[in-house]
Amino acid sequence: MKKITRFVLTDILRNRIVIAYAVLMAVLSWTVFNMEDTGSKGVLTLLNIVLLVVPLVSVLFSTIYIYNSAEFIELLLSQPVKRPQIWLSLFGGLSISFIIAFALAVGLPLFLYADFHQAVILFATGCLLSAIFVALAFLAAIMSRDKAKGVGVSILLWLYFALLFDGLVLFLMFQFADYPIEKPMVLLSATSPLDLARILNLMQIDASAMMGYTGAIFKNYFGSGWGVVLSFGLLLAWALVPFWISLRIFKRKDL
Amino acid sequence: MIRVEAVSKKFGKLQVLQQVDLICNSGECIALIGPNGCGKTTLIKSILNMVIPDSGRILVNEKDISGDYLYRSDIGYMPQIGRYPENMNVGQVIETIQTLRGTGKAVDTDLYDAYQMSQLLSKRMNTLSGGTRQKVSAVLAFMFNPGILILDEPTAGLDPLAAEILKEKIMAEMQRKKLVMITSHLLSELEDIVSEVVFMQDGSVAFHKSNAALKADTGKDSIAKAISHILREQAS
Repeated sequence: MKKITRFVLTDILRNRIVIAYAVLMAVLSWTVFNMEDTGSKGVLTLLNIVLLVVPLVSVLFSTIYIYNSAEFIELLLSQPVKRPQIWLSLFGGLSISFIIAFALAVGLPLFLYADFHQAVILFATGCLLSAIFVALAFLAAIMSRDKAKGVGVSILLWLYFALLFDGLVLFLMFQFADYPIEKPMVLLSATSPLDLARILNLMQIDASAMMGYTGAIFKNYFGSGWGVVLSFGLLLAWALVPFWISLRIFKRKDL
Repeated sequence: MIRVEAVSKKFGKLQVLQQVDLICNSGECIALIGPNGCGKTTLIKSILNMVIPDSGRILVNEKDISGDYLYRSDIGYMPQIGRYPENMNVGQVIETIQTLRGTGKAVDTDLYDAYQMSQLLSKRMNTLSGGTRQKVSAVLAFMFNPGILILDEPTAGLDPLAAEILKEKIMAEMQRKKLVMITSHLLSELEDIVSEVVFMQDGSVAFHKSNAALKADTGKDSIAKAISHILREQAS
């Protein structure tokens, strides 16, 4: 298991796209902190960048990488290796390398410039988001044999969570404005990892105006302490559940 | 040895394997033959657990393979089309498999030397020709002294010299009481190495006979003629 993970890890960390991603994120975060006058503002700007770029790159790159590893998987399957081990090693390799890229690129300026408490939360959400969207890529890739279809699904997933979900929340809010919808809205926010990540970060910064509707309710309901624990738990579930489903399918898949 | 018991497999609506029973003992060289799409490769992939049967069970060395993975350390598999990670070079592929199989064990370098692999080590897999890939597959299949060798169309794409080397190697392994399972369409090539013939049709085993019995039953002097004789009889 360790051998395969190490192999995948060295393969990805040498990949030009991953290096370009790390450089881009590093440039963005250093610029953000040098331009904004206070750390808090910098964190806020950086948060919006992280919420957009990290999921897109993780989900797209991982989906393509899994499809391109078909041969490698086949080769390993004829060897005395446990089936789940192959899938787990791929997941480990991909998510660890994205977390390393994120930590080096964003983590460094973040801890240098921002308030420690806010930095920790943003750093943790960035790492979790990387793992979550790698897991979603595994789900998209196992669903179909066709690479074009799989990549299409992963782009749609990103589009839904990054853009469409907010529209949906807004639409529901206006449609049901006359009813007590606070509780359903909190539940709704749990169905998007990006919404959760945003709420989680904004609760730390004094910017409730930017938290959006679900965020305001979230804070109201849980307060800061419980809210953080709960949303971290939910984010973790978002990484584990999609991967677990894909693992179950992979175990029974004919190759 | 391999024992296949009532194995069935469906791909969607297509019944690829239907109640296949097969017993292969060590020391035998079994030719798995049959028309295209009769389920040969699916049967082989089932034995390797790459395809999971819908029903029935498969025993390798007396052990049920479902849920097991260690049994594969006793199998050398040469796929029909060797697909390898494009960005790895030959040396890395061999090294990866070697670390997975456990280093320290003595490796069989007969084919490695015969095919002069040491000169290819730094070549990337995507630059190799089909025949050279087949050589890499053959080297990997024989390298770790497995008790069972499963060769899916081993000589397809190999040049005559390389094919001859492979044939000699197969015969040498049979002398050492190993089980060899070969699928091939080139019946004439199998002639002098095969001891048993398994003929598959429409996803089930049509017959399983020893080479000698097959020839005696049909009154022909070669496997190729015997098989075409049987097919013609069926048609009429």
